[in-house]
Amino acid sequence: MANFETVEVTTDLLIVGGGMAACGAAVEAAYWAKKNGLKVTLVDKAAVDRSGAVAMGLSAINQYVGLKDGKNTMKDYVDYVRNDLMGITREDLVFNIARHVDSSVHLFEKWGLPIWKDEKGDYVHEGRWQLMINGESYKVVVAEAAKNAIGNENIYERVFIVGPIMDGDRCVGAVGFSVREEKFYVFKAKAVLVAMGGAVHVFKPRSSGEGLGRAWYPPWNSGSSAYFTLKAGAEMTCQEVRFIPVRFKDAYGPVGAWFLLFKSRATNGFDENYMETRKPELEKWLPYGKVKPVPANLRNWLMMLDVQEGKGPIFMRTEEAIGKIASSAGDEKAAKKKLKELESEAWEDFLDMTISQAILWAATNTAPEEKASEIAAAEPYFIGSHSGASGAWVSGPKDVAPKEYFWGYDCMSTVNGLFCAGDASGASSHKFSSGSHAEGRIAAKAAINYVVDHPDAVKVDGATIEAMKKEILEPLNTYAQFSNKTVTADVNPDYILPKMFMFRLQKIMDEYAGGVSTGFTTSKKLLEKGLELLAFLKEDSLKLAAPDLHELMRCWENVHRMWQAEAHVRTLLFRDETRWPGYYFRADKPSLDNKNWDAFANCKYDPNAKKWEMIKRPIIRVYKEAGEHELLGG
Amino acid sequence: MPSYVLVDKCDGCKALDKTACQHICPNDLMVLDKAKMKAYNREPEMCWECYNCVKICPTQAVEVRGYADFVPLGATVTPMRSTDSILWTVKFRNGSLKRFKFPIRTTQEGKAEPNGGFATHDDLNGPTLSTEPAALGLDKVATL
Repeated sequence: MANFETVEVTTDLLIVGGGMAACGAAVEAAYWAKKNGLKVTLVDKAAVDRSGAVAMGLSAINQYVGLKDGKNTMKDYVDYVRNDLMGITREDLVFNIARHVDSSVHLFEKWGLPIWKDEKGDYVHEGRWQLMINGESYKVVVAEAAKNAIGNENIYERVFIVGPIMDGDRCVGAVGFSVREEKFYVFKAKAVLVAMGGAVHVFKPRSSGEGLGRAWYPPWNSGSSAYFTLKAGAEMTCQEVRFIPVRFKDAYGPVGAWFLLFKSRATNGFDENYMETRKPELEKWLPYGKVKPVPANLRNWLMMLDVQEGKGPIFMRTEEAIGKIASSAGDEKAAKKKLKELESEAWEDFLDMTISQAILWAATNTAPEEKASEIAAAEPYFIGSHSGASGAWVSGPKDVAPKEYFWGYDCMSTVNGLFCAGDASGASSHKFSSGSHAEGRIAAKAAINYVVDHPDAVKVDGATIEAMKKEILEPLNTYAQFSNKTVTADVNPDYILPKMFMFRLQKIMDEYAGGVSTGFTTSKKLLEKGLELLAFLKEDSLKLAAPDLHELMRCWENVHRMWQAEAHVRTLLFRDETRWPGYYFRADKPSLDNKNWDAFANCKYDPNAKKWEMIKRPIIRVYKEAGEHELLGG
Repeated sequence: MPSYVLVDKCDGCKALDKTACQHICPNDLMVLDKAKMKAYNREPEMCWECYNCVKICPTQAVEVRGYADFVPLGATVTPMRSTDSILWTVKFRNGSLKRFKFPIRTTQEGKAEPNGGFATHDDLNGPTLSTEPAALGLDKVATL
């Protein structure tokens, strides 16, 4: 019987996670905590220096509004995000992040992140909202500021948080375990800020052998934010929105620099540009089909139509793009110099953030200036950033949000004391690394404000904690009890190991909820069958077994994924239309239904009644004058 | 395989309570075999090839071999990371070699000042974050 020592940590604000949003939260929280005599604690399942989605580095900052330069307005940004999400966006949240994101970027630069500058000393833009960086150490630099702000003594690394501690309708802490030693952790806090990222490996990835781990988003983002907030009883939003990035095929190298900076085209196997040949298809998805830039899912969709007709492979025309830029540089000598520069920039783009793609180029003798490379749609991911939107339904800012979207504190979920940022908060897409950091700062300031308003010590029920401890450690007991029954421990009738559990989840999602193998297509009937199979999986989650602490973490990561999956399937069923072709296609409802579904599809799990509730919420814009022309940012 | 460890080079980060690769791996993959005093990747199929174990290894004992299920053999990508820059050596399957050097930070390691040197204020209630509006480069935070 596993019986770990219980370690109790009492704090004022608990930040759960260690990525960009959590680091932003740490910096801002530390400042206000010091002024108010409060304590801030951060807990991360990995090492903060290299945890989260930016662990490897990044080659661009994808959200910079540049308000100080006066080239863009707040409305420009809000229009861009709303249109990219086919209208389903909390403008108040997007506005809030956008007005603070530039200061995060300016802080990164002060902390030591090299941002590309032109000859005038201005930032080099990859696109309208994107900046080029030398970002190998982006996370290291951001983590350093966070650590310096709250102090190493307040940071717990390698502690995996499983779920929330509740006191009625208030979140008062979190429980988990060390993945290094036999210790069970109980964090008691007056406010909890969740920033544990999105979810990868809910769907079967394209590579399922050794390359299983080469997901676009990191495999360690396992749905812990979604699980935490669902189990706290928080209302969730956009759980039907999955993001499917188009990336360089197989290794998932970034395409942003190629499309935006190098102005590359993508063409099919017959040298046709699907963005031109498939233009008439966009008419079916109005008003968003005529938006500029074309929403990411519609760009995907046009490419997928080509692929379905056997017109692949799809190529990023790197050779053409580089040739064009180099030849416009002037004489032969200038062109040669430019070519060298572009070559280095192209390789850095991968080496900074997707080293696998550099290996793949080298292994296939690919010189981008000579040979085009394949691109493809990856698999579905759950993130509150990028062109994803899934996350908790949180309060907007007092001075911007309509009253329906405001309940006291920025970024607070519908559960008291539970704040969300980054991939944990929903309907505020396109925050990327910088916007996630900014949102962490916003949420942290609000959370400290909450703690100041709610100074009394929190109540934590000892019996509940003991029950949670037993439940969390159970997979170790299951393994200890049954593993000797069979000659090899991996196949055993009394339990399921976490990897096979994950594969089972992925197969269900892939085949019933519109994964890669069905061309991202599903229907009511398929989803209902999928839910039935998920119910068996949920029952079997009680038979997960773990031989050690690492596998115990894997067990709970996969339980987290399973809850993200269920929220997704239920919301796919609820939204009775196809809103985002290119992300998923409801074959039985193959078009937009703006009359009924220009609305949020929210859901909520009641942990006491063990019941799901589906909720439709209206979209209330902050720029109220919007007619259709205005709506499109025209 | 993602990352693998060379027997002859790994010394298990002797005398330390955990190895450097074990400390840094974001996915908790690197682990020390205490009998052999060698580290290894226990779950190569969950490796993102983020190279953090490669970059941090004090004896250059960790390397990466591209995922066997889609990467042809024979190429290597090798970093050498210093405090302010990183040098990459890319060896192609056909033997050709490329080398790239990029800056990684502009300040001294460890010195990141949380407020970035920007002016701060005392208003906990308004929308202005601690280093704003100075860090925005504006007079005030945007409102509707």
